[in-house]
Amino acid sequence: MIIASNVSKKFGKLKALDNVSVACNKGECIALLGPNGSGKTTLIKSILGMVVPDSGFITFNGKNILHDWLYRRHIGYMPQIGRYPDNMTIEQVFSMMKDIRSAEGNKQPDNSLAEQFGLMDILQKRMRTLSGGTRQKVSASIAFMFDPDVFILDEPTAGLDPVAAEVLKERIILEKSKGKLVLITSHILSELDDLITHVIYMQEGSMLFHKKIGDLQADTGEIKLSKAIAAVMLKK
Amino acid sequence: MNKLVKYVCTDILRNRIVIGYTFFLLLISLSLFSLEDNAAKGMLSLLNLVLIIVPLVSVIFSTIYIYNSAEFIELLVSQPLRRKHLWSSLFIGLAGSLSLAFLIGVGLPVIIYDATATAWMMTGMGVVLTIIFVAIAMLAAVATRDKAKGIGISIFLWLFFAVLFDGLVLFALFQFEDYPLEKAMVVAAALNPVDLGRILILLKMDISALMGYTGAVFRDFFGTQTGMLIALVVLLLWIFVVFKLSLRKFNRKDL
Repeated sequence: MIIASNVSKKFGKLKALDNVSVACNKGECIALLGPNGSGKTTLIKSILGMVVPDSGFITFNGKNILHDWLYRRHIGYMPQIGRYPDNMTIEQVFSMMKDIRSAEGNKQPDNSLAEQFGLMDILQKRMRTLSGGTRQKVSASIAFMFDPDVFILDEPTAGLDPVAAEVLKERIILEKSKGKLVLITSHILSELDDLITHVIYMQEGSMLFHKKIGDLQADTGEIKLSKAIAAVMLKK
Repeated sequence: MNKLVKYVCTDILRNRIVIGYTFFLLLISLSLFSLEDNAAKGMLSLLNLVLIIVPLVSVIFSTIYIYNSAEFIELLVSQPLRRKHLWSSLFIGLAGSLSLAFLIGVGLPVIIYDATATAWMMTGMGVVLTIIFVAIAMLAAVATRDKAKGIGISIFLWLFFAVLFDGLVLFALFQFEDYPLEKAMVVAAALNPVDLGRILILLKMDISALMGYTGAVFRDFFGTQTGMLIALVVLLLWIFVVFKLSLRKFNRKDL
Protein backbone atom coordinates (compact mmCIF):
# COMPACT_ATOMS: atom_id res chain seq x y z
CA MET A 1 0.00 0.00 0.00
CA ILE A 2 2.73 2.43 1.00
CA ILE A 3 6.12 1.85 -0.58
CA ALA A 4 9.12 4.05 0.10
CA SER A 5 12.14 3.60 -2.14
CA ASN A 6 15.59 4.88 -1.19
CA VAL A 7 14.22 7.92 0.58
CA SER A 8 16.87 10.33 1.88
CA LYS A 9 16.45 13.64 3.65
CA LYS A 10 18.98 16.01 5.11
CA PHE A 11 18.30 18.90 7.48
CA GLY A 12 21.44 20.96 7.09
CA LYS A 13 24.26 18.56 7.95
CA LEU A 14 22.04 16.15 9.83
CA LYS A 15 20.96 13.08 7.88
CA ALA A 16 17.40 12.57 9.07
CA LEU A 17 16.70 9.77 6.59
CA ASP A 18 19.41 7.79 4.89
CA ASN A 19 18.33 5.62 1.97
CA VAL A 20 15.24 4.21 3.66
CA SER A 21 13.19 1.64 1.74
CA VAL A 22 10.09 0.12 3.22
CA ALA A 23 6.86 -1.52 2.10
CA CYS A 24 3.69 -1.52 4.20
CA ASN A 25 0.64 -3.58 3.32
CA LYS A 26 -3.01 -3.78 4.26
CA GLY A 27 -3.91 -5.47 7.51
CA GLU A 28 -0.51 -4.88 9.03
CA CYS A 29 0.08 -3.07 12.26
CA ILE A 30 3.61 -1.79 12.16
CA ALA A 31 5.56 -0.43 15.09
CA LEU A 32 8.11 2.16 14.09
CA LEU A 33 10.78 2.02 16.78
CA GLY A 34 14.12 3.62 17.43
CA PRO A 35 15.89 6.04 19.76
CA ASN A 36 15.02 9.76 19.83
CA GLY A 37 16.08 11.54 16.69
CA SER A 38 16.35 8.37 14.64
CA GLY A 39 14.11 9.74 11.89
CA LYS A 40 10.77 8.13 12.76
CA THR A 41 8.77 11.34 12.63
CA THR A 42 10.61 12.49 9.49
CA LEU A 43 9.64 9.23 7.77
CA ILE A 44 6.01 9.71 8.81
CA LYS A 45 6.02 13.31 7.65
CA SER A 46 7.52 12.26 4.32
CA ILE A 47 4.67 9.79 3.82
CA LEU A 48 2.22 12.61 4.56
CA GLY A 49 3.97 14.97 2.17
CA MET A 50 4.78 17.44 4.94
CA VAL A 51 8.48 16.87 4.35
CA VAL A 52 9.73 16.62 0.78
CA PRO A 53 12.53 14.01 0.46
CA ASP A 54 15.81 15.07 -1.18
CA SER A 55 15.96 11.85 -3.17
CA GLY A 56 13.96 8.67 -3.54
CA PHE A 57 10.19 8.45 -3.82
CA ILE A 58 7.15 7.23 -1.97
CA THR A 59 4.11 5.64 -3.58
CA PHE A 60 0.64 5.24 -2.13
CA ASN A 61 -1.51 2.59 -3.78
CA GLY A 62 0.96 2.56 -6.67
CA LYS A 63 0.89 6.32 -7.26
CA ASN A 64 3.78 8.64 -6.54
CA ILE A 65 2.73 11.03 -3.77
CA LEU A 66 4.81 13.91 -5.07
CA HIS A 67 2.44 16.58 -6.45
CA ASP A 68 -0.51 14.45 -5.35
CA TRP A 69 -2.72 15.44 -2.46
CA LEU A 70 -5.90 13.40 -2.78
CA TYR A 71 -4.24 10.27 -1.38
CA ARG A 72 -4.26 11.98 2.01
CA ARG A 73 -8.01 11.41 2.24
CA HIS A 74 -7.17 7.76 2.90
CA ILE A 75 -4.96 8.63 5.86
CA GLY A 76 -5.89 9.42 9.43
CA TYR A 77 -2.92 11.18 11.02
CA MET A 78 -2.35 11.82 14.67
CA PRO A 79 0.69 14.07 15.19
CA GLN A 80 3.12 13.76 18.04
CA ILE A 81 2.30 17.26 19.26
CA GLY A 82 -1.10 18.42 18.06
CA ARG A 83 -0.93 22.10 17.26
CA TYR A 84 -4.19 23.89 16.59
CA PRO A 85 -5.23 27.51 16.07
CA ASP A 86 -5.49 28.96 19.57
CA ASN A 87 -8.70 30.87 19.03
CA MET A 88 -10.80 28.02 17.72
CA THR A 89 -13.05 25.92 19.94
CA ILE A 90 -12.99 22.13 19.77
CA GLU A 91 -16.30 22.24 17.95
CA GLN A 92 -14.94 24.66 15.32
CA VAL A 93 -11.89 22.46 14.74
CA PHE A 94 -14.12 19.41 14.31
CA SER A 95 -16.52 21.16 11.96
CA MET A 96 -13.64 22.60 9.92
CA MET A 97 -12.19 19.12 9.49
CA LYS A 98 -15.61 17.76 8.50
CA ASP A 99 -16.04 20.64 6.08
CA ILE A 100 -12.67 20.01 4.43
CA ARG A 101 -13.21 16.28 4.15
CA SER A 102 -16.90 16.38 3.25
CA ALA A 103 -16.25 17.19 -0.41
CA GLU A 104 -15.07 13.62 -0.86
CA GLY A 105 -18.60 12.30 -0.47
CA ASN A 106 -17.69 10.54 2.75
CA LYS A 107 -20.22 8.91 4.98
CA GLN A 108 -21.33 10.57 8.18
CA PRO A 109 -18.25 11.41 10.28
CA ASP A 110 -17.69 9.08 13.16
CA ASN A 111 -17.64 10.89 16.49
CA SER A 112 -17.56 7.78 18.63
CA LEU A 113 -13.97 8.28 19.81
CA ALA A 114 -14.66 11.90 20.78
CA GLU A 115 -17.69 10.68 22.74
CA GLN A 116 -15.68 8.01 24.51
CA PHE A 117 -13.08 10.59 25.44
CA GLY A 118 -15.76 12.88 26.86
CA LEU A 119 -14.93 15.68 24.43
CA MET A 120 -18.57 16.22 23.50
CA ASP A 121 -19.16 17.90 26.88
CA ILE A 122 -16.39 20.48 26.42
CA LEU A 123 -16.93 21.38 22.76
CA GLN A 124 -17.02 25.10 23.55
CA LYS A 125 -13.54 25.23 25.09
CA ARG A 126 -10.89 27.07 23.11
CA MET A 127 -7.85 25.12 21.98
CA ARG A 128 -5.39 27.27 23.93
CA THR A 129 -7.06 26.42 27.24
CA LEU A 130 -6.72 22.67 26.73
CA SER A 131 -4.15 20.51 28.50
CA GLY A 132 -1.65 18.48 26.51
CA GLY A 133 -3.60 15.28 27.12
CA THR A 134 -6.89 16.79 25.95
CA ARG A 135 -5.21 18.05 22.79
CA GLN A 136 -4.01 14.50 22.15
CA LYS A 137 -7.61 13.36 22.54
CA VAL A 138 -8.70 15.92 19.94
CA SER A 139 -5.95 14.74 17.55
CA ALA A 140 -6.96 11.11 18.02
CA SER A 141 -10.65 11.89 17.48
CA ILE A 142 -9.86 13.66 14.21
CA ALA A 143 -7.62 10.81 13.00
CA PHE A 144 -10.39 8.24 13.54
CA MET A 145 -13.27 10.45 12.43
CA PHE A 146 -13.32 9.77 8.69
CA ASP A 147 -12.86 6.01 8.49
CA PRO A 148 -9.59 6.11 6.49
CA ASP A 149 -7.71 3.05 5.19
CA VAL A 150 -4.43 3.95 6.83
CA PHE A 151 -3.75 5.21 10.32
CA ILE A 152 -0.52 6.98 11.09
CA LEU A 153 -0.15 7.51 14.81
CA ASP A 154 2.90 9.34 16.13
CA GLU A 155 3.28 8.61 19.85
CA PRO A 156 -0.47 8.28 20.29
CA THR A 157 -0.54 7.47 23.99
CA ALA A 158 2.04 10.00 25.18
CA GLY A 159 0.25 12.31 27.60
CA LEU A 160 -3.00 10.33 27.66
CA ASP A 161 -4.34 9.08 30.98
CA PRO A 162 -4.51 5.27 31.41
CA VAL A 163 -8.26 5.12 30.73
CA ALA A 164 -7.99 7.12 27.51
CA ALA A 165 -4.92 5.15 26.42
CA GLU A 166 -6.89 1.93 26.88
CA VAL A 167 -9.83 3.33 24.87
CA LEU A 168 -7.48 4.29 22.06
CA LYS A 169 -5.78 0.89 22.11
CA GLU A 170 -9.09 -0.95 21.83
CA ARG A 171 -9.99 1.26 18.91
CA ILE A 172 -6.70 0.51 17.15
CA ILE A 173 -7.29 -3.25 17.62
CA LEU A 174 -10.80 -2.81 16.18
CA GLU A 175 -9.50 -0.96 13.11
CA LYS A 176 -6.75 -3.55 12.62
CA SER A 177 -9.35 -6.32 12.61
CA LYS A 178 -11.10 -4.47 9.77
CA GLY A 179 -7.96 -5.01 7.69
CA LYS A 180 -6.56 -1.48 7.82
CA LEU A 181 -2.94 -0.51 7.85
CA VAL A 182 -1.73 1.01 11.11
CA LEU A 183 1.67 2.68 11.48
CA ILE A 184 2.48 3.50 15.06
CA THR A 185 5.47 4.93 16.87
CA SER A 186 5.81 4.70 20.59
CA HIS A 187 8.41 4.47 23.29
CA ILE A 188 6.13 2.56 25.64
CA LEU A 189 6.87 -0.87 24.22
CA SER A 190 4.76 -2.82 26.71
CA GLU A 191 1.66 -1.20 25.20
CA LEU A 192 2.47 -2.43 21.73
CA ASP A 193 2.68 -6.13 22.60
CA ASP A 194 -0.89 -7.07 21.75
CA LEU A 195 -1.21 -4.60 18.87
CA ILE A 196 1.53 -5.04 16.33
CA THR A 197 2.34 -7.56 13.64
CA HIS A 198 5.58 -6.05 12.30
CA VAL A 199 8.48 -4.05 13.68
CA ILE A 200 10.61 -1.47 11.88
CA TYR A 201 13.69 -0.46 13.80
CA MET A 202 15.46 2.76 12.85
CA GLN A 203 18.75 4.23 13.99
CA GLU A 204 20.41 7.48 12.93
CA GLY A 205 18.18 7.82 9.91
CA SER A 206 18.67 4.38 8.46
CA MET A 207 16.47 1.32 8.80
CA LEU A 208 18.15 -1.51 10.70
CA PHE A 209 15.44 -4.13 10.16
CA HIS A 210 11.84 -4.68 9.16
CA LYS A 211 10.60 -7.98 10.56
CA LYS A 212 7.48 -9.82 11.51
CA ILE A 213 7.06 -9.85 15.26
CA GLY A 214 7.25 -13.67 15.25
CA ASP A 215 10.62 -13.61 13.50
CA LEU A 216 11.93 -11.05 15.94
CA GLN A 217 10.83 -13.18 18.86
CA ALA A 218 12.49 -16.23 17.32
CA ASP A 219 15.73 -14.37 16.59
CA THR A 220 16.12 -12.96 20.07
CA GLY A 221 14.47 -15.72 22.06
CA GLU A 222 12.33 -13.17 23.92
CA ILE A 223 8.53 -13.11 23.98
CA LYS A 224 8.07 -9.56 25.23
CA LEU A 225 8.67 -6.81 22.70
CA SER A 226 10.51 -4.64 25.23
CA LYS A 227 12.94 -7.45 26.02
CA ALA A 228 13.38 -8.33 22.35
CA ILE A 229 14.21 -4.73 21.42
CA ALA A 230 16.57 -4.44 24.40
CA ALA A 231 18.34 -7.57 23.16
CA VAL A 232 18.66 -6.03 19.68
CA MET A 233 19.99 -2.75 21.05
CA LEU A 234 22.55 -4.53 23.22
CA LYS A 235 23.80 -6.59 20.30
CA LYS A 236 24.55 -3.44 18.24
CA MET B 1 -10.64 26.40 -1.61
CA ASN B 2 -13.65 28.67 -0.95
CA LYS B 3 -14.07 26.98 2.40
CA LEU B 4 -10.47 27.76 3.28
CA VAL B 5 -10.87 31.41 2.31
CA LYS B 6 -13.90 31.50 4.57
CA TYR B 7 -11.93 30.14 7.54
CA VAL B 8 -9.02 32.52 6.94
CA CYS B 9 -11.36 35.52 6.68
CA THR B 10 -13.28 34.65 9.87
CA ASP B 11 -9.98 34.24 11.64
CA ILE B 12 -8.68 37.62 10.47
CA LEU B 13 -11.91 39.38 11.28
CA ARG B 14 -11.81 37.90 14.77
CA ASN B 15 -8.43 39.59 15.07
CA ARG B 16 -9.11 43.11 16.35
CA ILE B 17 -6.10 44.66 14.63
CA VAL B 18 -7.80 44.85 11.22
CA ILE B 19 -10.86 46.51 12.74
CA GLY B 20 -8.61 48.94 14.61
CA TYR B 21 -6.73 49.66 11.35
CA THR B 22 -10.01 50.43 9.56
CA PHE B 23 -11.06 52.92 12.24
CA PHE B 24 -7.59 54.48 12.30
CA LEU B 25 -7.72 55.11 8.55
CA LEU B 26 -11.30 56.37 8.74
CA LEU B 27 -10.42 58.76 11.58
CA ILE B 28 -7.41 60.20 9.75
CA SER B 29 -9.10 60.66 6.40
CA LEU B 30 -12.24 62.21 7.91
CA SER B 31 -10.25 64.60 10.07
CA LEU B 32 -8.00 65.60 7.15
CA PHE B 33 -11.01 66.49 5.05
CA SER B 34 -12.68 68.38 7.91
CA LEU B 35 -9.52 70.37 8.68
CA GLU B 36 -8.94 71.56 5.12
CA ASP B 37 -11.57 73.72 3.45
CA ASN B 38 -10.22 72.60 0.09
CA ALA B 39 -10.73 68.89 -0.63
CA ALA B 40 -7.73 68.84 -3.00
CA LYS B 41 -5.42 69.79 -0.10
CA GLY B 42 -6.86 66.97 1.94
CA MET B 43 -6.11 64.61 -0.91
CA LEU B 44 -2.48 65.69 -0.96
CA SER B 45 -2.10 64.96 2.75
CA LEU B 46 -3.79 61.61 2.28
CA LEU B 47 -1.33 60.76 -0.47
CA ASN B 48 1.46 60.17 2.03
CA LEU B 49 -0.80 58.04 4.19
CA VAL B 50 -1.63 55.85 1.21
CA LEU B 51 1.96 55.57 0.04
CA ILE B 52 3.71 55.08 3.39
CA ILE B 53 1.39 53.86 6.15
CA VAL B 54 -0.81 51.50 4.12
CA PRO B 55 2.11 49.41 2.76
CA LEU B 56 3.74 49.37 6.22
CA VAL B 57 0.66 48.07 8.00
CA SER B 58 -0.07 45.56 5.23
CA VAL B 59 3.43 44.13 5.22
CA ILE B 60 3.84 43.86 9.00
CA PHE B 61 0.38 42.53 9.75
CA SER B 62 0.60 39.90 7.00
CA THR B 63 4.04 38.69 8.07
CA ILE B 64 2.99 38.29 11.68
CA TYR B 65 -0.27 36.65 10.65
CA ILE B 66 1.51 34.03 8.53
CA TYR B 67 3.89 33.20 11.37
CA ASN B 68 1.02 32.97 13.85
CA SER B 69 -0.87 30.65 11.50
CA ALA B 70 1.95 28.09 11.57
CA GLU B 71 -0.29 25.68 13.52
CA PHE B 72 -3.20 26.18 11.16
CA ILE B 73 -0.96 25.57 8.13
CA GLU B 74 0.60 22.49 9.71
CA LEU B 75 -2.81 21.07 10.55
CA LEU B 76 -4.15 21.55 7.04
CA VAL B 77 -1.09 20.36 5.14
CA SER B 78 -1.62 16.85 6.54
CA GLN B 79 -5.18 16.90 5.19
CA PRO B 80 -6.28 16.14 1.63
CA LEU B 81 -5.69 19.67 0.37
CA ARG B 82 -3.36 21.12 -2.21
CA ARG B 83 -0.64 23.29 -0.78
CA LYS B 84 -1.31 25.68 -3.63
CA HIS B 85 -4.91 26.11 -2.52
CA LEU B 86 -3.93 26.60 1.09
CA TRP B 87 -1.38 29.29 0.26
CA SER B 88 -3.69 31.05 -2.22
CA SER B 89 -6.47 31.05 0.36
CA LEU B 90 -4.19 32.73 2.88
CA PHE B 91 -3.25 35.30 0.25
CA ILE B 92 -6.84 35.98 -0.80
CA GLY B 93 -7.96 36.17 2.82
CA LEU B 94 -5.22 38.62 3.83
CA ALA B 95 -5.35 40.77 0.69
CA GLY B 96 -9.15 40.78 0.73
CA SER B 97 -9.60 41.81 4.34
CA LEU B 98 -6.85 44.46 4.28
CA SER B 99 -8.19 45.89 1.01
CA LEU B 100 -11.66 46.01 2.53
CA ALA B 101 -10.25 47.87 5.54
CA PHE B 102 -8.60 50.36 3.17
CA LEU B 103 -11.73 50.80 1.06
CA ILE B 104 -13.81 51.57 4.16
CA GLY B 105 -11.13 53.68 5.86
CA VAL B 106 -9.88 55.76 2.94
CA GLY B 107 -11.83 54.93 -0.22
CA LEU B 108 -15.22 55.76 1.22
CA PRO B 109 -14.41 59.22 2.67
CA VAL B 110 -12.34 60.18 -0.37
CA ILE B 111 -15.15 59.41 -2.76
CA ILE B 112 -17.74 61.12 -0.53
CA TYR B 113 -15.72 64.34 -0.17
CA ASP B 114 -14.04 64.57 -3.54
CA ALA B 115 -15.33 62.17 -6.18
CA THR B 116 -12.87 63.12 -8.90
CA ALA B 117 -10.59 61.00 -11.09
CA THR B 118 -7.84 61.58 -8.49
CA ALA B 119 -9.99 60.02 -5.79
CA TRP B 120 -10.66 56.91 -7.82
CA MET B 121 -6.99 56.64 -8.76
CA MET B 122 -5.93 56.96 -5.13
CA THR B 123 -8.41 54.34 -3.99
CA GLY B 124 -7.28 51.98 -6.72
CA MET B 125 -3.58 52.51 -5.98
CA GLY B 126 -4.16 51.97 -2.25
CA VAL B 127 -5.78 48.61 -2.95
CA VAL B 128 -3.04 47.59 -5.41
CA LEU B 129 -0.27 48.59 -2.98
CA THR B 130 -2.01 46.68 -0.18
CA ILE B 131 -2.09 43.53 -2.30
CA ILE B 132 1.54 43.91 -3.46
CA PHE B 133 2.77 44.32 0.10
CA VAL B 134 0.74 41.34 1.31
CA ALA B 135 2.52 39.30 -1.38
CA ILE B 136 5.90 40.68 -0.30
CA ALA B 137 5.12 39.80 3.32
CA MET B 138 4.20 36.24 2.38
CA LEU B 139 7.46 35.86 0.49
CA ALA B 140 9.43 37.11 3.49
CA ALA B 141 7.49 34.83 5.86
CA VAL B 142 8.04 31.70 3.78
CA ALA B 143 11.73 32.47 3.23
CA THR B 144 12.75 31.96 6.84
CA ARG B 145 11.54 29.93 9.80
CA ASP B 146 12.67 32.54 12.32
CA LYS B 147 9.86 34.97 13.10
CA ALA B 148 12.15 37.85 14.12
CA LYS B 149 14.17 37.47 10.93
CA GLY B 150 11.03 37.31 8.79
CA ILE B 151 9.58 40.49 10.26
CA GLY B 152 12.99 42.15 9.86
CA ILE B 153 13.09 41.27 6.16
CA SER B 154 9.55 42.61 5.71
CA ILE B 155 10.33 45.92 7.38
CA PHE B 156 13.53 46.27 5.39
CA LEU B 157 11.70 45.67 2.11
CA TRP B 158 9.12 48.28 3.05
CA LEU B 159 11.88 50.73 3.99
CA PHE B 160 13.63 50.02 0.72
CA PHE B 161 10.61 50.66 -1.47
CA ALA B 162 9.15 53.55 0.52
CA VAL B 163 12.32 55.49 1.37
CA LEU B 164 15.69 54.09 0.26
CA PHE B 165 14.83 53.50 -3.38
CA ASP B 166 14.20 57.18 -4.07
CA GLY B 167 17.47 58.08 -2.40
CA LEU B 168 19.36 55.62 -4.58
CA VAL B 169 17.70 56.92 -7.75
CA LEU B 170 18.53 60.49 -6.75
CA PHE B 171 22.12 59.49 -6.03
CA ALA B 172 22.43 57.87 -9.47
CA LEU B 173 20.88 60.94 -11.03
CA PHE B 174 23.51 63.25 -9.55
CA GLN B 175 26.35 60.90 -10.40
CA PHE B 176 25.32 60.71 -14.03
CA GLU B 177 23.84 64.19 -14.48
CA ASP B 178 25.82 64.70 -17.69
CA TYR B 179 23.85 61.98 -19.42
CA PRO B 180 20.23 62.02 -20.60
CA LEU B 181 18.51 59.88 -18.01
CA GLU B 182 14.82 60.51 -18.69
CA LYS B 183 14.14 57.08 -20.15
CA ALA B 184 16.15 55.40 -17.42
CA MET B 185 14.07 57.29 -14.86
CA VAL B 186 10.86 55.91 -16.29
CA VAL B 187 12.27 52.39 -16.06
CA ALA B 188 13.54 52.98 -12.51
CA ALA B 189 10.13 54.24 -11.43
CA ALA B 190 8.50 51.12 -12.84
CA LEU B 191 10.75 48.96 -10.65
CA ASN B 192 9.24 50.37 -7.50
CA PRO B 193 5.49 49.93 -6.94
CA VAL B 194 5.35 52.78 -4.42
CA ASP B 195 6.90 55.21 -6.92
CA LEU B 196 4.65 54.00 -9.67
CA GLY B 197 1.63 54.57 -7.44
CA ARG B 198 2.85 58.03 -6.50
CA ILE B 199 3.42 59.07 -10.12
CA LEU B 200 0.03 57.83 -11.26
CA ILE B 201 -1.77 59.69 -8.48
CA LEU B 202 0.25 62.91 -8.92
CA LEU B 203 -0.39 62.94 -12.66
CA LYS B 204 -4.11 62.84 -11.94
CA MET B 205 -3.67 65.69 -9.46
CA ASP B 206 -2.37 67.99 -12.19
CA ILE B 207 0.53 69.17 -10.14
CA SER B 208 3.10 67.31 -12.20
CA ALA B 209 4.25 70.72 -13.43
CA LEU B 210 5.85 71.10 -10.01
CA MET B 211 8.02 68.07 -10.69
CA GLY B 212 10.07 69.90 -13.32
CA TYR B 213 11.56 68.36 -16.41
CA THR B 214 11.34 64.77 -15.14
CA GLY B 215 7.70 65.43 -14.41
CA ALA B 216 7.20 66.37 -18.01
CA VAL B 217 8.86 63.15 -19.14
CA PHE B 218 6.60 61.16 -16.84
CA ARG B 219 3.61 63.10 -18.12
CA ASP B 220 4.63 62.24 -21.66
CA PHE B 221 4.92 58.57 -20.84
CA PHE B 222 2.46 57.73 -18.06
CA GLY B 223 -0.05 60.42 -19.01
CA THR B 224 -0.99 58.64 -22.20
CA GLN B 225 -3.40 55.75 -22.45
CA THR B 226 -0.63 53.29 -23.33
CA GLY B 227 1.56 54.52 -20.51
CA MET B 228 -1.26 54.04 -18.01
CA LEU B 229 -1.89 50.58 -19.33
CA ILE B 230 1.79 49.68 -19.07
CA ALA B 231 1.90 51.00 -15.51
CA LEU B 232 -1.12 48.91 -14.60
CA VAL B 233 0.39 45.81 -16.17
CA VAL B 234 3.63 46.38 -14.26
CA LEU B 235 1.71 46.67 -10.98
CA LEU B 236 -0.22 43.48 -11.70
CA LEU B 237 3.06 41.78 -12.60
CA TRP B 238 4.38 42.79 -9.19
CA ILE B 239 1.50 40.99 -7.50
CA PHE B 240 1.74 37.94 -9.74
CA VAL B 241 5.52 37.44 -9.71
CA VAL B 242 6.01 37.98 -5.98
CA PHE B 243 3.11 35.70 -5.08
CA LYS B 244 4.29 33.00 -7.49
CA LEU B 245 7.76 33.10 -5.94
CA SER B 246 6.34 32.65 -2.45
CA LEU B 247 4.09 29.83 -3.68
CA ARG B 248 7.06 28.01 -5.21
CA LYS B 249 8.93 28.26 -1.93
CA PHE B 250 5.92 27.12 0.07
CA ASN B 251 5.37 24.08 -2.15
CA ARG B 252 8.84 22.84 -1.30
CA LYS B 253 8.88 23.79 2.33
CA ASP B 254 9.27 21.18 5.07
CA LEU B 255 6.72 21.63 7.81
